[in-house]
Amino acid sequence: MESNQNVEIVVPAKQSFATEWASDQKAFKGVPWGKAMMWIFLVSDTFIFSIFLISYMTVRFSTKAEWPNPSEVFGLHVGDYNVPLLLIAIMTFILITSSGTMALAVKYGYEKNRKMCGYLMLATAIFGASFVGMQAFEWTKLIMEGVRPWENPFGAPQFGAIFFMITGFHGTHVTIGVIFLFIMTRKVFRGDFDTGRRGFFTSQKSHYEAIEIMGLYWHFVDLVWVFIFAFFYLW
Amino acid sequence: MAADSYDDVAKNKDSIPELEVAPQDLYHAKSFWTKYIFCQDAKVIGIQYALTAAAIGMVGLVSSWLMRMQIAFPGVIPMDPAAYYQLVTMHGMIMVVYLLTALFLGGFGNYLIPLMVGARDMVFPYVNMISFWVFFLAVVILAASYFVPGGPTGAGWTLYPPQAITSGTPGGDGLGIVLMLVSLAVFVIGFTMGGLNYVITILQARTRGMTLMRLPLTVWGIFTATVLALFAFPALFVAGIMMTLDNMLGTSFFMPAIVEFGERLSYDGGSPILFQHLFWFFGHPEVYIVALPAFGIVSDLISVHARKNIFGYRMMVWAIVIIGALSFVVWAHHMYVAGMNPWFGFFFATTTLIIAIPTAIKVYNWVLTLWRGNIKLTIPMLFSIAFIITFVNGGLTGLFLGNVAVDVPLSDTYFVVAHFHMVMGIAPVLVILGSIYHWFPLITGRFLNEKLGRIHFWVTFIGSYSIYFPMHYLGFMGVTRRYFEVFEGDNFTYSITGINQFITVAALITGAAQFVFFYNIITSSKFGKKAGKNPWKACSLEWQTADVPPTHGNFGKELPVVYRWAYDYSVPGADQDYITQDTPPSDVANARAEQT
Repeated sequence: MESNQNVEIVVPAKQSFATEWASDQKAFKGVPWGKAMMWIFLVSDTFIFSIFLISYMTVRFSTKAEWPNPSEVFGLHVGDYNVPLLLIAIMTFILITSSGTMALAVKYGYEKNRKMCGYLMLATAIFGASFVGMQAFEWTKLIMEGVRPWENPFGAPQFGAIFFMITGFHGTHVTIGVIFLFIMTRKVFRGDFDTGRRGFFTSQKSHYEAIEIMGLYWHFVDLVWVFIFAFFYLW
Repeated sequence: MAADSYDDVAKNKDSIPELEVAPQDLYHAKSFWTKYIFCQDAKVIGIQYALTAAAIGMVGLVSSWLMRMQIAFPGVIPMDPAAYYQLVTMHGMIMVVYLLTALFLGGFGNYLIPLMVGARDMVFPYVNMISFWVFFLAVVILAASYFVPGGPTGAGWTLYPPQAITSGTPGGDGLGIVLMLVSLAVFVIGFTMGGLNYVITILQARTRGMTLMRLPLTVWGIFTATVLALFAFPALFVAGIMMTLDNMLGTSFFMPAIVEFGERLSYDGGSPILFQHLFWFFGHPEVYIVALPAFGIVSDLISVHARKNIFGYRMMVWAIVIIGALSFVVWAHHMYVAGMNPWFGFFFATTTLIIAIPTAIKVYNWVLTLWRGNIKLTIPMLFSIAFIITFVNGGLTGLFLGNVAVDVPLSDTYFVVAHFHMVMGIAPVLVILGSIYHWFPLITGRFLNEKLGRIHFWVTFIGSYSIYFPMHYLGFMGVTRRYFEVFEGDNFTYSITGINQFITVAALITGAAQFVFFYNIITSSKFGKKAGKNPWKACSLEWQTADVPPTHGNFGKELPVVYRWAYDYSVPGADQDYITQDTPPSDVANARAEQT
């Protein structure tokens, strides 16, 4: 019998899905409430970003003026050269890296490695904050060049409008994420998740799964950025 | 064989499934503020939602009175066209979003979901509390628009640009439209917090033995409607943001090049059709957000008051889910006259008419539940029967309007007004009223006054038919909706005036009957006949609480364990004509209850 312990019993996916949904109490077995709630919220948020991007495409077709060339508008001058997409490449790299540190933080959190988890959370928060900072730099550069929500020296006025709206909405998501990352970092270092200290507002016990829920949100924000990057900077 | 297996089941099926959901760590209020104002108990939040929705709903009701007075007796109440459009707009928006959606999902959802699935509370009571207060803020912002210069927006509840934000429309160049859009965005945020709670409570916090296919249909209706809302409201949210930017910052998302009073505005190159698509991508599921909870609740009312299990439970569940799914692919049937590609119209007409199939299944099943049932003509039952009739009526006119060729001449006439009031105005309201009569004894421990209730029912039912039935005729005659004044003359005979006056009188009386109802609620909650435990002899869990009305934590020390569906009425061989959901099979060993 000893040897059987290492054998994983593989249940056909279809059958387990049906039995889990046909069972009592929980449709997603072993999934904590908070995690399930974050997933459903993210699906809802996906609809928001999808509708933003679909509106962007529609407006891009409906406007009569010419759409600006992204490699010129978003280029940076390094010395004498105009390097297209330089800033945005760095921003994207940083955000994707922060996803990696976040994933590691979740791992160390579940291992109850308080220090490592905290440092990685802090790194994620700093990466996120620097992303927002670079976005602010990019906005400033465009505004200095005369891009406004209602007009745009490079072509279609909708370019400025939709760019500020969608990157602004995404930036707001990142900023909220950064704020919560800092709060969670503090909680991790204080040991809330080890002692099960009760939340100030919710009066519920803290648990390391909060880190994973935070991580879900953070990965989602990164994923959305990939789409925004593709649609704005590569199209 | 069969008898043996039933006995086996009775002996062995008392085994209780293992506990998967950890006991909930409830917050216990200590002060007046946390107990009644910033309360985390879903039942109190539900009542707060319901009262807020009813309060703003009164504004909607009075708006409709004033509108009807203007149409039938112009000059009696002095108003200019701008005021009339403001009344039309605010009536529509208040009734659809702030009354019906908030009452069904926020009110009934909060009160009934934890009780019916056997949970102590919603899964995130704190978020739930915030949800209500954000909704309250949305209502306050909406109400504030009455007090700003220029008044509330008069763009029609669909808020179509470009007219919604140009200066010819009341509230279009002032704060009216901005406050409306901000209020909607705040509503969406508040609703999302509540909606996530409802969905996760139903999916992840049911009591032992409560499978999804044992849930009362009320929960299925509210669940599906909440999922629809979580996926449809984003479209409204985004459209609201974009229109606010068009208005405040002068962007041109929805605004084409436009000339106003001989002056070219700075807008250029936007797409007004885009707004229509976004609005109706929200707007059509919104119809079912209002209708599906009504479907669910009325199924339960009919079953309880006809002492018979619901006919075709599984079919009813799947019909709700399928209607919900289909509601996302029919939105452009509101836009047949918007100048779409005709092939679009063909597609959307097809999907629209397919919805008739699951809806008809539901209607047949309600009727078959009544068939040879032990029908008790209680007030909830009366309202339920009235709902079926009204809903069939409104559904049939939907078949007319779903077809492009028929819709084009009927578009923007009173036929449309009659159709949607029948199907998503009156029908859900009848269910709301019936369910208040049904659950009032649970909430307060007292019955509503029977005599006043019967008067209220007959006046409401006959009254609302008197209002909306003649409107179909007006629509066929070509009377356009939203007109400030309808003149007799070359186009219309004098019968139009007579019908309009009839409708107005009916509307005044029907509206007044609702105030009788409010009086009934206020007095009966203090002096009504004591109801005791489970007065309707219902099976579902909300009536099986330790205390009536249920207290904080809903159930006593132990959560109930569920052994059957919520519809074991008139089971052959049972001692009583109902077996509650938490009755173990060994207690009713002789009953021929089916295994569900």
